[in-house]
Amino acid sequence: MSFSVSLRDVTLKYRDSEALSNVNLELEAGKIHGLLGRNGAGKTTLLSLLAAFRKPTAGTVLVNGGPIWENAEIVSRVALIREGGDFDDSDTVKSSIETGEIRPSFDRDYALKLADKFELPLNKKVRSLSRGKRSVLAAICGLAARAELAMFDEVHLGMDAPTRDAFYKELLADYMDREHTIVLSTHLIDEVANYLEEVVILDRGSVLRHEPVEAFQRMGATLTGPADAVDAVAVGLEVLAEQRLGGTKSATVTVLDAPTRERAAASGIEIGPVGLQDLFIHLTSPERDGA
Amino acid sequence: MFDDGAPIYRQIADQIKAEIMNGSLEPGGKVMSTNQYAAFYKINPATAQKAFRDLVEEGVLYKQRGVGMFVAEDAREKLAGDFRARFFDDVLQPLIREARQAGISLTDIIDYLKTQEGVLK
Repeated sequence: MSFSVSLRDVTLKYRDSEALSNVNLELEAGKIHGLLGRNGAGKTTLLSLLAAFRKPTAGTVLVNGGPIWENAEIVSRVALIREGGDFDDSDTVKSSIETGEIRPSFDRDYALKLADKFELPLNKKVRSLSRGKRSVLAAICGLAARAELAMFDEVHLGMDAPTRDAFYKELLADYMDREHTIVLSTHLIDEVANYLEEVVILDRGSVLRHEPVEAFQRMGATLTGPADAVDAVAVGLEVLAEQRLGGTKSATVTVLDAPTRERAAASGIEIGPVGLQDLFIHLTSPERDGA
Repeated sequence: MFDDGAPIYRQIADQIKAEIMNGSLEPGGKVMSTNQYAAFYKINPATAQKAFRDLVEEGVLYKQRGVGMFVAEDAREKLAGDFRARFFDDVLQPLIREARQAGISLTDIIDYLKTQEGVLK
């Protein structure tokens, strides 16, 4: 079993400012979703709503088809792992892991196996852990929760590259082992892009784009060549960014259909891919309005 | 590993095709599972699945329910045929375009190809 997510006209206000404005979003069950957005775009707020840590000011939040708010049955099978985890600093690592036992699906053996694999000192206090190890502890708790909806919010912070790699591998192995829904919120976009099936980009409290990951891959292209030729081909295309170096020009465009691609190639223009991260940078650039 | 701008599922499909052409995957042989591919390349299994689906549609692989994916008996001939069909448009045309930009004439190219006949067997 895995949980779907549905937000309908959801707004969340903190005092006077809106962290989320009228968001409509459907996340299909059983997929790995990436949640991208700049700082303050509303990612953490959105995830808090999905875990029922907060109640929306207006609108409906449904998980597995039912309202999540005050729904213990569903909430116990949803895990939101926040940066640094939500641990009691004076607890030992082992007892922090064991707080997961309040969940019906918690897998203690798996948690301890992971703790061993990631070299977590079980008897040490949480407060004595390095930032990276603390993130590992949080990630392990998220995996071992065996939730139907598992959400990881910037959980990689402080982990070194090999540890992040091992974590993503473990996440993927668990995902293939047991159908469930995953939401990964991260700034390290290119690192996780290949693991994702769908991507949601939040910008200033709204959903800017929501597409399968290949749509983003098809979306961007960079055209580099003689400035005149690039300008001629770029007419009518949505140009995200431009750069000039002498007579050479490079334009990043969102959509490049096959005929235009051929035309560009024929006029000596180099066509390059745009990584998801670069595309994200262009799409959420403050100079860009109402995309 | 994946960097030439083509979607990853197409790169995987191309790689499987290359393995069939160079003989490391035999006709009738079993192909690794979607999950094995996903774990090996560290990609979403749905992406690997898309590659397999395309290859099944093209008749390069076939599925045996509950057992796995296998290389079609005629996969190699089929791929060679596809390559022949695309050869002039996909390989020669861009080559001629580049040659022209460099000022190499068609006669020079033809002469060169003639000298290669018999050398490359």
